[in-house]
Amino acid sequence: MAELETFRRETRDWLTKNAPPDIAGLPANDLEGTWGGRKATFAVPGMKTWLLRMAERGWTAPTWPREYGGGGLSPAEGKVLTQEMAKLRLPPPLIGFGLTMIGPTLLQYGSEEQKREHLGRICRGEIRWCQGYSEPGAGSDLASLQTKAVRDGDDFLITGTKIWTSYADKADWIFALVRTDPTAKKQDGITFLLIDMQTPGVSVRPILLISGKSPFCETHFEDVRVPVRNVVHKINAGWTVAKSLLGHERSMIADAFGGGGGGQRTRMSALASLACEHVGGADGRIADAVLRDRVALEDMDTRAFSFTVQRAKDSAKAGHRPGPESSIFKVYATELNMRRHELMVQALGPAGLGWEGPGFSGSDLETTRDWLRSRGNSIEGGTSEVQLNIIAKRVLGLPD
Amino acid sequence: MELILTEDQELLAKTAADFVSEHSPVSRVRKLRDTKDPVGFSRALWKHMAELGWLGIPFPESVGGAGMGFAELAVVLEALGRTLAPEPFLSSVLLAGQALRLGGSEAQQREWLAPLVNGDCILTVAYQETHSRYDLHRVATRAEKSGNGWRLSGEKTQVLDGHVADALIVVARTSGGERDLRGLTLFLVPKGAPGLEITRQWRVDSRNAALVKLSGVAVGPSEVIGAVDQAGELFEKVVDRATVGLCAEMLGSMEEAAAITFKYLKTRIQFGVPIGSFQALKHRAARMYIELELSRSTVMAAARAVDEDPPELPKLASLVKARCSDAGVLIANEAVQMHGGVGMTDEYDVGFYLKRARVAEITFGDAAHHRARWARLSGY
Repeated sequence: MAELETFRRETRDWLTKNAPPDIAGLPANDLEGTWGGRKATFAVPGMKTWLLRMAERGWTAPTWPREYGGGGLSPAEGKVLTQEMAKLRLPPPLIGFGLTMIGPTLLQYGSEEQKREHLGRICRGEIRWCQGYSEPGAGSDLASLQTKAVRDGDDFLITGTKIWTSYADKADWIFALVRTDPTAKKQDGITFLLIDMQTPGVSVRPILLISGKSPFCETHFEDVRVPVRNVVHKINAGWTVAKSLLGHERSMIADAFGGGGGGQRTRMSALASLACEHVGGADGRIADAVLRDRVALEDMDTRAFSFTVQRAKDSAKAGHRPGPESSIFKVYATELNMRRHELMVQALGPAGLGWEGPGFSGSDLETTRDWLRSRGNSIEGGTSEVQLNIIAKRVLGLPD
Repeated sequence: MELILTEDQELLAKTAADFVSEHSPVSRVRKLRDTKDPVGFSRALWKHMAELGWLGIPFPESVGGAGMGFAELAVVLEALGRTLAPEPFLSSVLLAGQALRLGGSEAQQREWLAPLVNGDCILTVAYQETHSRYDLHRVATRAEKSGNGWRLSGEKTQVLDGHVADALIVVARTSGGERDLRGLTLFLVPKGAPGLEITRQWRVDSRNAALVKLSGVAVGPSEVIGAVDQAGELFEKVVDRATVGLCAEMLGSMEEAAAITFKYLKTRIQFGVPIGSFQALKHRAARMYIELELSRSTVMAAARAVDEDPPELPKLASLVKARCSDAGVLIANEAVQMHGGVGMTDEYDVGFYLKRARVAEITFGDAAHHRARWARLSGY
């Protein structure tokens, strides 16, 4: 314990000394720069310095091994770092799928050569990754994917289309599932492949969503030449890797929406404040009893969920294998988020009906766009229906 | 606060699970009901639980307790809830015991808590009135000043284990209007006191309850628990703690109702296949499981909060009660539905879980009541 307190003090001192003054209090999700990559942009100049300094210390990936560019911190030390950054209101120096998805997957399944080639570049924010899983004909039934990889000497030639590739237009590399054996049972002919997006034959088209934004793309591959050494794990064993990575993705989505830990003890949630502001009575409380009940239900379920996330984390810290409770994270976290956005627009009333232009406030317009965006939460990363199937099968043992 | 069982708590959970499977199957509840058993639970088993130290879990060692807390008590209550054990934890340990622990004088604690912990005496709290619904401060029962004491008059309904209690703690109004927070006082009334009339009631879950009539029952100053006129806040604290305990029991009941149902989904064959292979049922079963797991986390958090007593304990008590009320009823309703016709028969146990889930939902306030309370405590 004493060592941890020393670490806490030293960490706080270092952060105070090294965090550029212009980054405190910046919300992480608004900063394109924190995603890194060759096309990185930084919302304020300090974010670039922040990334460089933190990466040098290995603290963009605090708990990854030092030899691959991480910080080599224990989980307890990693938690201290997060806490101290939160106290100083410092944004994460780097976010993205490199840190949350492909990095952990390479640590588990990558060859030594792959780890040395990619992990350091992820930690330093030099390469931004995107994910190539879904296809126009393979959504919930992901294993039916058809993007084909034909062996040609030491290379594969890749032809096909990936869809819902988040931020593919801004990414440098893509990790993709491709079909290497069309004759095998559908899960058994899939390979997990790392592809440089600069390779000839790769093209990207952003998809406009109902929210008016384009975070997703369609990515085409036409005879794209990829060396066989870019296969992660083994040829035709990609489904195993994919499932593991989906686990990382779902826990990331749960973290992002649910907020980890038993925190969130602020007196009033942002949703409740908004409802008080727009539907407030003379006493300042929400005047509509039905809306108040729904807001309370949302706040209370959010708290119950954060306790559940904490339980899973405490259990993992104590060395237990992930319990069945983690299987509910994706489905519940996304539904909480969707309910919250729904209620925010309802609380706004007519003020929440704007698309753009005069007569609407910027934050209200944002709330409405966010509501539209949130409708995808229960679809992306495995639909809620697929998650419920997984719970019924793997946790409850119900028959096929 | 860590949301994980310690080694000692794991051990306690194992002991409790073994105890329940050996001594307390649901068939016991059925028999108590069918024979209209005059006690309504097993005194021998209650004594046995006392010997295991369970009744003393949330009390200090100075009164013979185990000096543990609600984190441990929740583990035991969850196990007992699994088979709907009707022993008087809620009335004696959770309501009366907590009232004495939080408000009782040293002399009162010595006199009543030690025999309560030993299982030699059963206590309860008489608070519910015909018109009070969930409002703990709506009390019409009056305590009129008489000499240096009081005379209690009024009627209390659904007093848990009232007909077997050795003493009742009565919530009565010493001043103020019928709905005022101020002016409430707790009085200890031993059974057999002149003017005290207790009649057994029969509720839908067949657990013990009684109608209590007070006709000028005389009580002295030494029978007052806490301060005169000040019991409003004290009793709310008592009920918050009892609520957390009740939720632990509810968790056990919903676990078992869900387990029975999941098993049925795997074994019941229709259209030539187990009905659990139908996606319409699979998804609903998964929803039951989600509600169960969220309830479990919340019960663990609330039980630990009782032991740490943070300022937000009232909010957490409402959080856990709202959640367990809704989840308990959902799971019980689905249990009956998924069992189909046999779920409607008295012969199957699921009906017992449905009835208990309804009673537990209403006890100390339903989900809507607690969401309104959460909103009020949060300032909206």
